[in-house]
Parts: sequence; C-alpha cells; structure tokens
Amino acid sequence: MSFIVTFLNGLSLGGVYALIALGYTMVYGIAKMLNFAHGDIIMVGGYVLFVFISLTGQPILAIIIAAFLCSLLGISMEKAAYKPLRGASPLAVLITAIGVSYFLQSLAQIIFGAAPKFVIIADLGVITFGELVIPVYSVITLAISILIMIALSLFIKFTKTGRAMIAVSEDKAAAQIMGINVNTIITVTFLIGSFLAAVASVFYLLKAPNISPTFGSKPGIKAFTAAVIGGIGSIPGAMLGGFLLGIVEVFSNSVPAIAPYTDAIEFLILIVILLVRPTGILGKKRREKV
Amino acid sequence: MALLEVKDISVYYGVIQALKGISFTVEEGEIVALIGANGAGKTTTMQSIMGLNHPKTGSIYYNGERIDNIPTHKIVKKGMTQVPEGRHVFQELTVYENLIMGAYTVKDKEKIKEDIQEMFKLFPRLEERRNQIAGTLSGGEQQMLAISRALMSHPKLLLLDEPSMGLSPILVDEVFDIIKHIHSEGTTILVVEQNAEKALSIADKAYVLETGNIILSGTGKELKNNDDVKKAYLGG
Repeated sequence: MSFIVTFLNGLSLGGVYALIALGYTMVYGIAKMLNFAHGDIIMVGGYVLFVFISLTGQPILAIIIAAFLCSLLGISMEKAAYKPLRGASPLAVLITAIGVSYFLQSLAQIIFGAAPKFVIIADLGVITFGELVIPVYSVITLAISILIMIALSLFIKFTKTGRAMIAVSEDKAAAQIMGINVNTIITVTFLIGSFLAAVASVFYLLKAPNISPTFGSKPGIKAFTAAVIGGIGSIPGAMLGGFLLGIVEVFSNSVPAIAPYTDAIEFLILIVILLVRPTGILGKKRREKV
Repeated sequence: MALLEVKDISVYYGVIQALKGISFTVEEGEIVALIGANGAGKTTTMQSIMGLNHPKTGSIYYNGERIDNIPTHKIVKKGMTQVPEGRHVFQELTVYENLIMGAYTVKDKEKIKEDIQEMFKLFPRLEERRNQIAGTLSGGEQQMLAISRALMSHPKLLLLDEPSMGLSPILVDEVFDIIKHIHSEGTTILVVEQNAEKALSIADKAYVLETGNIILSGTGKELKNNDDVKKAYLGG
C-alpha cells in the first residue's frame, strides 16, 4: 500500500522537476545556451513568496506576484546578460550564466541573510483512504504540473508563437527568413521558463517551508539532469526525464539502506544514459538530406 | 530605380574576405542570375541581402530604402524572401505546417488557406504529403516545399540559392520551369547557381562571381556565348 503513496509522491516530485527541466530545455533549444541561473529563479520566487505572504497574508496574491516578478526577472536576465553575448563563444555565455547565478544568490544573502526563512503558503494536510495516507500537496502538485504541461504543449503545437518557437529551435536562419523576430521568440521562451520556475518554487515550499539563498541550486541541478536524460532541447524529453528522476529519487529515499546514495544513483542513471544514448532518451540527431 | 541595388559590399569571415566590393542591380520584373564556382561568394551575397550577415563596407538598397543595417525579419516584411541553399525546410514540422510558417508575415487566415490550396495546385505532390513530416520528404520534394514556403509570404523579390543542388536532371528541369512560372506571375527573381547553363538560359541579366569579385556581367545570352564563361562554367 505504501507503494502507491510513494509512487504518487515520486510523480509529484517528477512533475516539479519536469516544470524546471522545461525551462532549461526550451532555453537550450531556442537560444542554444545553458542558463545555469535558471535554478536561482526558483530561489527568487521563494523569497518573493516569503515577502508577500509576510506582508499581506494572502498566499494566492503572493503566488501571482511571484509568477509575475520571476517572469520579469527571466526576461531582464536575458536582456541584460545574455543578449549582448549573442554570437559570442558558448563558453562566454556559460560563464556569464554562472555569474548571474552567483549574483542572484549573493543578492539574496545580502538582503535576507544566510539563515533559512520560513514560509507557510498553506497547510494542506493529508487525505486518508483506508490505509492510504496521501499528502494533499502531492496531489495538487501533480495535477497542476500536468495541466501546465498540457497547456504548454497545446500552446507550442497550435499557436503562431508556439510554432515559431519550434522553427527557431530547429533552424534559426530559416526561421528568420520566414519573418520571425528571433529576439522576440527568445524573450517569450525566457518568460515561459521563468514562469514555470516560479510555479516550481510554490510546490517546493508547500513540501518543505523554508528558503535560503542556495535554495535553487539542488532543484536546478536535478532538473538539468532530468532535461539531459530526456534529451536536452526536447520538450517531451524534459517531461519524461523529470518524471523518471522524481520517481527514482522518491523510491530511493524510501528505502533506508540506499537513501543516502540517492543523488549518486540519479547521476549514475545520467551517466549510463549518456553512454548508451548520447543525445538523451528522446533527443534526436539532425538528419540532413541532400 | 532598381528594385534591389547592391553597392560595393565587402564581407569578412574573421580575417578572410569573402566579398571584395561587389555591386549589381536587379530591376523589377527581371530574372537575374549570379553564377560562380564553390567558394566564389554566392551564398554570402545572398545572406548579406537577407540581413543574415552584415557587410563591413558598402550598402544594399531595396526599393530605394537602405536594408543592410536592419534585421532579417524586417527585410522579409518589406517583400523579399529566400529559398536557402540546402532547402532548410523545418524537418520536424509537417508539409502543411511548413507552409503556414512561410505565411508568418501574413495576417489574414483565410488568405493563408487559399494560398496553401494554390501551392497544392502548383505542387500536387505536396498535397499528397500534406501531413507528412518534412524531414521524411525526398530532396526534390523538399525543394518544392522550400519554394512554396517562400511564396507563401507573397514576395516581390524572391532569392533562390542553388535551387538545383543535389537534384536529378529531370527535377532540375522541373525546378527551372517552376522558377519561370513564378516569374511569369510577376515575381522578380535573383537566382544563384553552380549550374550556369540552366541559370543563364532563363536569366535576363547575369553576373559571374569569382573569389569575391564580379568579373563579368551581361545578358544571359551574352554570357552563355562568352568564351571565358564557356571554358570555366559550361564545360568548353
């Protein structure tokens, strides 16, 4: 019976990883860069929630403000730090992203101090079905992440902007000669990715209500791993990788003997998958036909 | 006033100079061919016109308006587009979705649907494969798709970069027939080709490009009968 609950918790964590991984994978696919400051947007989201819940006591309002400010942060980050480097070497962009990450962490530490802050968004409790004790946050997290992923998939498949995102990710020059403004598409991508990171920060705080300046590092690294396992650049890949990693993590943590090795197991999966399929599970090699 | 005027442009890739100050014009209603061997600078010229690279010196005018300093997507909105070398269809999108991408600058949805039907009339093969992923099409079909995708934006000036590349002789004839057809419907054409024979036979005006310089120009017929051109590009 505890298997079902563990599985559900795994899916729920997987959903959160998937949301974050989507941010990495979309930015990689479209701007061809790894935004290592992506995890720190989750941290900023957490502090925004902390501030506005403390000030207003209104969790819903705080969530909306966090989503808005994180989206704005994502766009500004791209405009200020990455856009001037368009066309520069990938290494320069990568190091800049790491710089942005340290900048945000240091800024949070200067403003809020290094000690964790407590943020209670809501106390959701548990539901019991006979012997099953299911945490409500797990159910809500899973349901909302799935809804968001469906919405995102429909947006990409059926809207003009969504299709332009596919076009830019596949072939930037060809997209430009269709009349697509690549800069606008990159802005939209950062906006969506950062919005998803804000949503992830809400789910994290529902599960464990404290926040510190390095709050985003671990989910960031885990979700990046998920994106690479699924095939970086692939949207279904990020979702698959996220769920896979979430389930592995929760199951591994549920067995006391192997719980201390959870991280090692996850990264081992990454290594094995990269050895067997260097492009990730759903990543594909470009075919060129003449 | 020429529809397109390229004035003394030089383009560098790092320290290598790909174009050494070339100038030419395309008048409205013409078919203009740019011929030359591999590495002569043909594709670089096309990319400069489309704003995909920026000349270090010189200028480019479209309809009297300077365009060498504006982004590609704005150039497309002015009524110019390109069929790139190697087709560059969107491999993961279907034929139908590729055509819709081509109409990115067109606002009227009904018009887009009508235009797609037009394209299917022009290229019946594409209609048969409308829901097929473009990456699975043959080279010839991809070329047809790339051409019809470009036409979806109703260009006044269409740039074709090596439309015959990698195609069988029958398909090459077919592609050139289509180019003539598009021209007869009122589109001005600038075509870059290694297949000099074919390009010169349809061109009103042609330029020969060699290692970044224009070394010859004239009408298609003149160049076809020019001894140097015959020797270098038409196999004697």
